Amino acid sequence: MILKIIVKGKARGEVMVAKKPINFLGAIDKKTGKVRDQRHDLFDKSLADRILVFPYGVGSSVGAYTIYSLKSNKCAPKAIICLKPDLTTVSGCALANIPLVVVTQDDYNSLKDGMRIFLDAENGMISE
Amino acid sequence: MDLTKEEESALKGKQGETLALAYRILVAIGEASNADRLIPIEWAHLSGINYNTIGDAGQEFLANLSKQAKFKVKTTINPMGFDLDTISKYKLDEEFVEKQLDIKKSYERMGATLSFSCIPYEIFELPKKGTHVSFAESNAAIYANSVANLRTNKEGAFSALASALTGKSPYSELRKEESRRPNLTIRMKVEQKDELTYGMVGYFAGKVAGNSIAISGTNDLDRRSCKSLCAGMGTSGTCGMFTLGESDGETIDFDKKEMQKVHDELNTADSGDIITLGSPQLGMEEISDLAVMLEGKTFKKRCMIFCPRAVQEQARRLGHAGAIERAGGELLSDCCICLTPLVDKRDIDSVVTNSVKGAYYLRTSNGVGVNLKSLSKIIQEETK
Repeated sequence: MILKIIVKGKARGEVMVAKKPINFLGAIDKKTGKVRDQRHDLFDKSLADRILVFPYGVGSSVGAYTIYSLKSNKCAPKAIICLKPDLTTVSGCALANIPLVVVTQDDYNSLKDGMRIFLDAENGMISE
Repeated sequence: MDLTKEEESALKGKQGETLALAYRILVAIGEASNADRLIPIEWAHLSGINYNTIGDAGQEFLANLSKQAKFKVKTTINPMGFDLDTISKYKLDEEFVEKQLDIKKSYERMGATLSFSCIPYEIFELPKKGTHVSFAESNAAIYANSVANLRTNKEGAFSALASALTGKSPYSELRKEESRRPNLTIRMKVEQKDELTYGMVGYFAGKVAGNSIAISGTNDLDRRSCKSLCAGMGTSGTCGMFTLGESDGETIDFDKKEMQKVHDELNTADSGDIITLGSPQLGMEEISDLAVMLEGKTFKKRCMIFCPRAVQEQARRLGHAGAIERAGGELLSDCCICLTPLVDKRDIDSVVTNSVKGAYYLRTSNGVGVNLKSLSKIIQEETK
């Protein structure tokens, strides 16, 4: 896989794939990490301790503070893999020190819900 | 991205967690925008001051950060939610006031100049031509690039904050000469050219432009119109710069029909309960103009006029403030139209303004109707 590293780090965990973009400010409960937007495909699931795979973030850049709060409240994803690095996700992961990488569409498609992976966002590798 | 040894060690946390965090932000944004290095900046202007924009998460983050952090370069800040002098006149939520004051304290502790203004380019001396700055307020970033001969990207709250803490910014986009050349020209083909027209062409430009845009057919761009253009453009898109006259590349017309479309989108009421002026906040020139325009007139309804504290103080000394107040105008500092809790939809259905930026935020954030018209029309129709 070809990774573009945005925030360095390493994480091992279970993949959770979101089909839709995420508005961190509006759609995520920062105390539990649960998706509270009923129209989102991950509704009622928690991002806590997963490796979140999602297209990109939408909405206010203040959503970066939500990502930071998730980390402070110990319910943040272990790492995030996205298709497009939007400013909210980029600055949020940087604030919270959550590894963040960008992958190509083909590689993105190969990541499936429930897979266990090891993301090395220092050397740019994903392995099982 | 290539980092110097010092930057690398700060990123790794060898100079403390605050700088590590700031460098993580800069490196992440740099990687995302394909920068190859960081460069020094001389001045940071921060957004994310109003409690209504950053909420509890922001307030807690800043309180925490300010225990350790100190700004490394000159740092000025955007308006907050209210004016400390007139706060008792409004029924503001106690919790809002308390949290807003806590945010103010955090920025003060980190060494910010408490300017509470969205027009830093009018109230501070400008550095020399070509100087790199980091402005998060969108109208200020566009003004800096297009009028003040400075260089900045249209920064976000966090990139500007990280720049304030480190004195650096990723070398990308509008910081590079080649990205500053527009490849699209908007031809203004409308007769009437007042500040409202320029606000609307700005709003139109933001939607169609990339990093930079050329605008032709402008002939009388005074300061008021220029600020209105910057603010309109900053509201609707990511474009961070304009030039005047035609450039190479494609052209697109801004005619009566396009202007009507913008007006229809932003104007949602035929009249308003109150008037607001000053988004961006009014500078000295606009305040003295207003005082002259209001001679012998009185506002038929309440009129809130937003300007920086430094401008208000000078206007008092020169007698302009008195003239405006005699006409029924209410001068407010430290805050502005955008997202202020002073305009509450429980008391107010709709607002008259000449600001395109104000119109957008009044509708989307304050949830009130907007009657959008030019300043001359406001004076004509809303005073007696």
